[in-house]
Amino acid sequence: MEFLTEVRWTPYAVGIGIGILSWFSFLISREPIACSTSFARASGGIERLFRGKKVELKPYYQEIKLVMGWQGMLILGIVIGSLISALLSGDFHWQWVPSRWASAFGNSPVLRVIVAMLGGVFLGFGARWAGGCTSGHGISGTLQLAVSSWISAICFFIGGILMAQFLVKVIG
Amino acid sequence: MQTIASENKFKKDKSPLIWGLVFGMLFGFLLQKGGATTYDVIIGQLLLIDFTVLKIMLSAVLTGMIGIYLMKTLGWVELNPKSGSMGSNITGGLIFGVGFGVLGYCPGTIAGAIGNGYLDALVGGFAGILIGTAIFAALYPRLKGILKKGDFGNMTLPQLFNVNEWVVVVPVAVLIFLLLIWLERVGL
Repeated sequence: MEFLTEVRWTPYAVGIGIGILSWFSFLISREPIACSTSFARASGGIERLFRGKKVELKPYYQEIKLVMGWQGMLILGIVIGSLISALLSGDFHWQWVPSRWASAFGNSPVLRVIVAMLGGVFLGFGARWAGGCTSGHGISGTLQLAVSSWISAICFFIGGILMAQFLVKVIG
Repeated sequence: MQTIASENKFKKDKSPLIWGLVFGMLFGFLLQKGGATTYDVIIGQLLLIDFTVLKIMLSAVLTGMIGIYLMKTLGWVELNPKSGSMGSNITGGLIFGVGFGVLGYCPGTIAGAIGNGYLDALVGGFAGILIGTAIFAALYPRLKGILKKGDFGNMTLPQLFNVNEWVVVVPVAVLIFLLLIWLERVGL
């Protein structure tokens, strides 16, 4: 069982593992592995805490329904699974500023958190606009050969590559 | 919006929730082992200096695609492709990409990053994604027009080309395989 305590596996072992996982999620749960809808539900759920039931009347929440579903549990599972993996290998550590960020923009946690939040706003907004994210479109959709997912996944990377190059090479 | 209507049609959330947790834990475990829960690896991919993310995704798609289409041919599973449109997938995809390049995590890997102890993911990115989805929900009634532009429904590539699905599955599998071998050959 030594492989469980290794810090890194080859990307191929990880990718094949995720591919096999997708077989079983289709077979057992009839659900594709996908993440971004749950963020929209969580966000609406939080708003409901403050503004009450009328939040549910928003047209978007009428369509996705503000419930804790299978995919919400998936997100919770990802946090736990990653934590277990990191603890087993000793790779768990609290960290505010990633090293590639630090070498381009310095060590300030405040700057990193503000920019991360801004990036998150675009990410969340774009994921709902495109109807999926790197999991739902990028893996589960492309492997079904869905046209919407191949277009989305290609656009994720075009936008991401251009933005990352611009940030790190022009501004950083 | 068709995308969402089709997601509902799939009887989402009817399956036992505990399986969601189990699949999530395995997915998170794998992402962490692959390094995909770190900003450095994801940004390294977008800067085109570390191809770990692409290798993980392509080998997942290769494995997943062959298995799913085999099970579909055997009648064990049904496909569930998302509906889409040019206005939705291209525009939304590019906006997502901008966020991806700035944040350095995506909605799935950020959950893994939180499990890994990364506080920029928890305090910054996670909160940002919630804000972004709330803005989308608020603007949704006004975006319906562009979201429908160039609507093509929940079409798959074999349907688009009007061929037997294996006529697409096999060449795509071969292309992914060759691309992965090429990446290794050139040392990326």
